[in-house]
Amino acid sequence: MVHGEAWTVKELFVTPNEYIYWSVQIVMYPFMTGLVAGAFVLSSLYHVFGIKQLKEIARFALVFSLALLPVAMMPLQLHLQQPQRGIEVFLTPHFTSAIAAFGIVFSTYGAIVASEIWFVYRKYIVETALALRNKADKSTGEKIYHLIFSLLTLGSYDISEKALHQDEKAVKILAGIGIPVACFLHGYAGFIFGSVKANALWMTPLMPVIFIMSAVVSGIALCMLTYIVVMEIRKFLAARKKTTYETYESTEEIKGIEINVIKMTAKYLLFFLIFAISLELLDLIFRGYTAVKTWDILRSVIYGKDFLDIFVFQYGIGNLLPFILFLLPGLTIRRTVVGVLLVLFGVFMMRWNVVIGGQSFSLTFAGFMHYHLPIIPHDIETFKEGLFGALLVIITPFVLFWGLNKIFPVFIKEVH
Amino acid sequence: MKSHVWRPLFVVIGIVLLILIARQFLVPKDFGIHERGYMYGWYKKSNEEYWKTKIAVKYKSAEYCKDCHSDKYAMIMQTPHAIIQCENCHGPAMEHPSDPPKLAIDKSRAQCLRCHYPLPYPTSGRANIRGIDPEKHNPDVECSMCHNPHKPKIGGTK
Amino acid sequence: MINRRDFLKNAVKGIAGLALPLAAIEIVSPRKLFAAKGETGKESKIRWAFLVDTYKCVGCGLCVKACKLENEVPYDANVTRTWVERYVLTKDGRVFADTPKGARDGFTTSKIDLGEGKFQDIKKDDIQKAFFVPKLCNQCENPPCVQVCPVGATYQAPDGVVLVDRKWCIGCGYCIMACPYGVRFFHPVYKVAEKCNFCYHRITKGLKTACVQACPFGARMIGNIKDPNDPVSRIIRNERVSVLKDEYGTRPQVYYIGISREVI
Ligand code: HEC
Ligand code: HEC
Ligand code: HEC
Ligand code: HEC
Repeated sequence: MVHGEAWTVKELFVTPNEYIYWSVQIVMYPFMTGLVAGAFVLSSLYHVFGIKQLKEIARFALVFSLALLPVAMMPLQLHLQQPQRGIEVFLTPHFTSAIAAFGIVFSTYGAIVASEIWFVYRKYIVETALALRNKADKSTGEKIYHLIFSLLTLGSYDISEKALHQDEKAVKILAGIGIPVACFLHGYAGFIFGSVKANALWMTPLMPVIFIMSAVVSGIALCMLTYIVVMEIRKFLAARKKTTYETYESTEEIKGIEINVIKMTAKYLLFFLIFAISLELLDLIFRGYTAVKTWDILRSVIYGKDFLDIFVFQYGIGNLLPFILFLLPGLTIRRTVVGVLLVLFGVFMMRWNVVIGGQSFSLTFAGFMHYHLPIIPHDIETFKEGLFGALLVIITPFVLFWGLNKIFPVFIKEVH
Repeated sequence: MKSHVWRPLFVVIGIVLLILIARQFLVPKDFGIHERGYMYGWYKKSNEEYWKTKIAVKYKSAEYCKDCHSDKYAMIMQTPHAIIQCENCHGPAMEHPSDPPKLAIDKSRAQCLRCHYPLPYPTSGRANIRGIDPEKHNPDVECSMCHNPHKPKIGGTK
Repeated sequence: MINRRDFLKNAVKGIAGLALPLAAIEIVSPRKLFAAKGETGKESKIRWAFLVDTYKCVGCGLCVKACKLENEVPYDANVTRTWVERYVLTKDGRVFADTPKGARDGFTTSKIDLGEGKFQDIKKDDIQKAFFVPKLCNQCENPPCVQVCPVGATYQAPDGVVLVDRKWCIGCGYCIMACPYGVRFFHPVYKVAEKCNFCYHRITKGLKTACVQACPFGARMIGNIKDPNDPVSRIIRNERVSVLKDEYGTRPQVYYIGISREVI
């Protein structure tokens, strides 16, 4: 079977080679990079601009963005027809292609995030490494831990006052560089689509900016959600006096911190949400007003075939509804959870409507293609580019986060 | 420079070097920028040879059949079907007659209907070919029962 | 300990010193390498171009059949390097178009294929004009598919034909997305990008492409646009020909006689 045939249904005049080649994984890809970029920007708001209220969530967001990082690469890898050749992007990069530089931008960004985390956790790493080194008979697990932490120190055990001060400065600088790089990383994902002149829906210079805004929105939303979940777990543990960390709080204490952080973060979420929606609407209005040759087919996609996806799911349920939920006075944790879930859904639908929507009409401007997400996989292709492939991508960051949290515990008191 | 602050940078530089060194081994030697510049000509030169030499020529044209099947050749050349390549109805010659020893014979009605299904489209060459209605024109039997494709006019050889 | 580290440091520095400039030049300053290899100034004397006369095409689809067999594109796979479209314009201004199976089996019905198993018959008397348009790769002078390949797996040969390196293509599909003409697809067997290359193995041996040879009516022609005496080149220069979607700035090199604005 031809790639794409399994999930494409053609209607009216479509040329023989047209299929929905970029399927759900390419929806996941900007969604995941968006989360990475958004999480990082959130953490930087604290580190660079010193927004104290975000302190609690900042460290959390930083580690989470590291956990998300490899996952942003995953959908790309999963959708390649020749995944084993992916490394060629580094070997013979062709920089006239938007994807080629992605490898480099992405790695730069990865290096920045990793370094920043290293600086934030250096004191902890060194202390742990030393403690483990001095421990007499180590269990196998501890031996492995010791090895990991010794490697992580990168050979420097200097945690003098001066050294720690330098760390702090480095964090600030890295976070500062990180913001433009994160925006670039994601704006760049937008560029990959926006620069495809053959695609009438994708081609717009606004695409990168729209992508950045919605990225930040989704990143903040995910951080809030995960933060709430983690806090709930801690509350639960605190109630049963079983927390594993030294920081030992009462349920009340946790509750207080939680709602404060959430309220603050929600403001930033709203702020970026307004930006994102304005830009998207601007794009839509502009297309309708200028009404060039391709508008006929775009209109029938936007207002016809994809009406439900765009206006009901994305704008209605994904944007407007959470907007109201956050604006109503007396924000509660429960309402926040519903709100951020809807926001995440909305951003996902936006990616969907761009990626799938952009391929749902033919180059002939006289035919349509419909995408049917493969649910039950019957071969490797329908697994990778089906529901389960997408779920795999969604679950992985949480698994990674859990693993990373063992090394970089997110909730220890007084690291910067 | 002795400060620990630079250590992550060293790691990064190390990784970059690793990639650059790997490049030396993994990138084919003839990969580079060729005639059309970096934008359109960044490739492995030897791949041109692949396309020139590694694909077999399968369609040989009527001239190739001329000597061995001179009867058919001479016959069809007298008719309006002279314009149709033998291989359009018999499949690609490849290395025939060594491989395959016999070429296929497409006797299906669909094969003739490609041209003879009546589509009297104005401004298209199709309008000039006499069509027959396959539902009415002796259905259910192969056209070659009555028409010799190499000499289609009734009253030819058959 | 210190000694070993120093040694390693120096070794890495040494290797890097050797590797870095080579690699860097190759990526950063292409012209230098280009010049060093002595390839400049050797401009090709050939630029392949294609000419389609839509008045002559009858929609028999023998070109599509020949192409698939010649170029080893699985015969029953629903992708093809070349295809033929049918346009039927009615007197009341409606446009119908289809290309069932890329016209591999020609057009043996007057019903227009609307997809999803639906067909529409159009009465002979309602037809204002109707014709067939063969499509294939335009071998653009500015191929967007090549521009967007992230790894240099597709490229333009000196004679203008755009080729795909089957050993280097990573299968990202960006080139498929970038082509305004929809000529690219994934090869069902090799799992890499695939496209019409004017039967490169034939034209470089002095043969015509499989589709040109298979066409009984001379609707397809291929020639060298740089040769002033080439018949195709002559027609392109002397007659009124057009190209598809030139608004994309791709400078396509497949020229058409007799298409109207409905053809896209
Ligand atoms: C070198 C001589 C040679 C050439 C060139 C050649 N053929 Fe043949 N062909 C043969 C022979 C020998 C046979 C086997 C005859 C037999 O077994 O009855 C054959 C058999 C066939 C058959 C099958 C006849 C049957 O009775 O089943 C067909 C069809 C055919 N050739 C078509 C062609 C076509 C079309 C071409 C040109 C593309 C061609 N041949 C070129 C020698 C040739
Ligand atoms: C329009 C399609 C068509 C074309 C063009 C065509 N053939 Fe045939 N050919 C047939 C069919 C159909 C038969 C089977 C005839 C029969 O069953 O009587 C056939 C039979 C044959 C045979 C088998 C021997 C026989 O007497 O039955 C040979 C050999 C052959 N063709 C050679 C050629 C050659 C050589 C050419 C080109 C010069 C050619 N054909 C062109 C359709 C075609
Ligand atoms: C590539 C297109 C094509 C195919 C395939 C084709 N023909 Fe023809 N045929 C023509 C053309 C062109 C003419 C001449 C135009 C006309 O007279 O209408 C013609 C003429 C004829 C005639 C009338 C001959 C005469 O001199 O009056 C008959 C009968 C005929 N074909 C039968 C067949 C049969 C049977 C087949 C299948 C084996 C076939 N054709 C396949 C194109 C084709
Ligand atoms: C039973 C024998 C028979 C079969 C089978 C047959 N034909 Fe005919 N065909 C004839 C006869 C007899 C004529 C000439 C009388 C006529 O003009 O109606 C003819 C005439 C034609 C003509 C010329 C029509 C014209 O207007 O001059 C074409 C074209 C043709 N046939 C194509 C085909 C095709 C294509 C097939 C297969 C789908 C086919 N025939 C099958 C007997 C047959």
